[in-house]
Amino acid sequence: MTKTVVKPDQPIASPRSRWWRRWGEETFSAYLFLLPSLAIFIAFTFFPAIYSVVVSLFRWNLPAKAVFIGFENYRYLFTDPLEAPIFWNSILHTFYFTLGVPINLFVSLMIALLLNRKMPGIGIFRTAFFLPAITSVTAISVVWMWLYSPAQYGLFNSFLIKLGLPIQLWLRSPVLAMPCLILMGVWSGMGYNIIIFLAGLQSIPRTFYEAAEIDGANKVKLFTFITWPLLGPTLFYVLSVGMINSLKAFTEIDVMTQGGPLNATTTMAYYLYQNAFQNFQLGQASAIAVLLFVMLLGLTWVQFRFIDRGIFYE
Amino acid sequence: MNKAVTEFSPQMSGMGSRRPRIMKVLSNILWYAVVIILMLAVILPFVWMLVTSLKGQKEVFAYPPTWIPQAWQWQNYLEVWKEAPFARYFLNSTIVALAVTAGQLTSCILAAFAFARMNFKGKNFMFLLFLSTTMISTQVTLIPSYLIMTKLNWIDHYQALIIPFLANAFGVFMIRQSFRAIPKELEDAAKMDGCGRFRFLIQIVLPLCTPILASQALFAFMGNWNSYLWPLIVTNSDQMRTLQIGLRYFVSGEGGTQWGVYMAAAVLVCLPVIAIYFLVQKTFVESMATTGLKDI
Repeated sequence: MTKTVVKPDQPIASPRSRWWRRWGEETFSAYLFLLPSLAIFIAFTFFPAIYSVVVSLFRWNLPAKAVFIGFENYRYLFTDPLEAPIFWNSILHTFYFTLGVPINLFVSLMIALLLNRKMPGIGIFRTAFFLPAITSVTAISVVWMWLYSPAQYGLFNSFLIKLGLPIQLWLRSPVLAMPCLILMGVWSGMGYNIIIFLAGLQSIPRTFYEAAEIDGANKVKLFTFITWPLLGPTLFYVLSVGMINSLKAFTEIDVMTQGGPLNATTTMAYYLYQNAFQNFQLGQASAIAVLLFVMLLGLTWVQFRFIDRGIFYE
Repeated sequence: MNKAVTEFSPQMSGMGSRRPRIMKVLSNILWYAVVIILMLAVILPFVWMLVTSLKGQKEVFAYPPTWIPQAWQWQNYLEVWKEAPFARYFLNSTIVALAVTAGQLTSCILAAFAFARMNFKGKNFMFLLFLSTTMISTQVTLIPSYLIMTKLNWIDHYQALIIPFLANAFGVFMIRQSFRAIPKELEDAAKMDGCGRFRFLIQIVLPLCTPILASQALFAFMGNWNSYLWPLIVTNSDQMRTLQIGLRYFVSGEGGTQWGVYMAAAVLVCLPVIAIYFLVQKTFVESMATTGLKDI
């Protein structure tokens, strides 16, 4: 406390030592504390990110040497008669895949509303719904590949047979492959959203509902005038997290379909991987990475705004 | 208290007392019916995984599918270990996940402490810099990071799987929040007693923040245990694969027909995380709810 008070009758110290006394020691220690994280970020995040942009300006088809070509990679992706259709398709598939997000949101919200009740055994139910969310996507994908088995012994096909419907090829069908991935995504992403929604629902003060009930509001009105508006920030948060994860989705595609059949499940993230690690076209793959980055940027920003506001309090 | 208020509301007092009771019981039954059906649908893939993992090769392909294995094939679980180096995969995943968890937690704690309890030049800028890393995802840095790994000769080594993940801005952010909640008076009192900054962090701050540290540790462990894309790219040899990558190659390998054994492998891969989940459920749910993203 008294340290910071400057006495006027004291001889004025040299600017440097005064700076050191005020900021120096603490600033120095603070940067020591930041150093481990900072070093990792610089080496494995910032440098690669910038490098990515640089590489995207080169034609670099391994094992050939890199050649500077400016924005050719981008132009090529969007306008080349051979390349552009595939790339546009991958953008289309990326958005198709994100359709799972609103579906997921709707299902999760319904289940969260259902589970937002004090009932005997509620813990068991919540645990069960959460289970898919913690299981590794790889294992889940393997299990669902088996569920989607195209022969009659596949579980889903056996259900269809029971219902008197024709059996399907599921993941082997260009039409059904993407809906299959979306369905699995809804199933595996639900648990996480339910947890967030439950936290959001429970943060709404009970008194609001009680007051409205006294005024004669019915269940529907309680939802539309209290729950829905107060859940707004939570919804936005879940939506943006869902979109980010959906744009980045890779594991299930690589395990289950490898982008096929007939490129039906090649999203941007997967196309990037194919370009870089199967065709070794590093420049073009980097251009896709930069475009993906721009898309993710906005979404992450939205997400952070909501964490910062602190919508979660246990 | 709250109950009493609703019961005296004008609506309720107008009705007979028996009808709402019956309605309530009915609605409860309905609720249970709906929730149980939904729950069965959600756990169906898990049940099917377990059932299949205990079936012999013939029964796996039988139509109609059976829900209870006729002959319980526990051998499937032994087959998994024999047919691929799953013990090695387990070891790799454990080493990597533990190292990342320990390292990440340490770096996060240090940075969070600087941001929460110290004043320094360039603090706001640094904080923004840290936050900005969360906007740069694995996909974006994938190719250059891979090139760096090649240059450093880290491909197919533990370093490649561990070192890039030793910092995490989300972790810094979350831990900072809880460090900030510690009252200034405590710090002043500690200072007065001659306690240095580092000792204050170790002896006073950390014990007060164990819940958030536990949830961050769990999150780091889980995320790393389940991670897929990066290990897929930086490992080549079977000996260096993590569990997830091992499982992927195991299933897509041999022509892909031994579903009994594959499901047994899937069970083994899921089991550790599910076991941890049941042990520390509360921490788990909190860590998911606060930290967000599921896989890295």
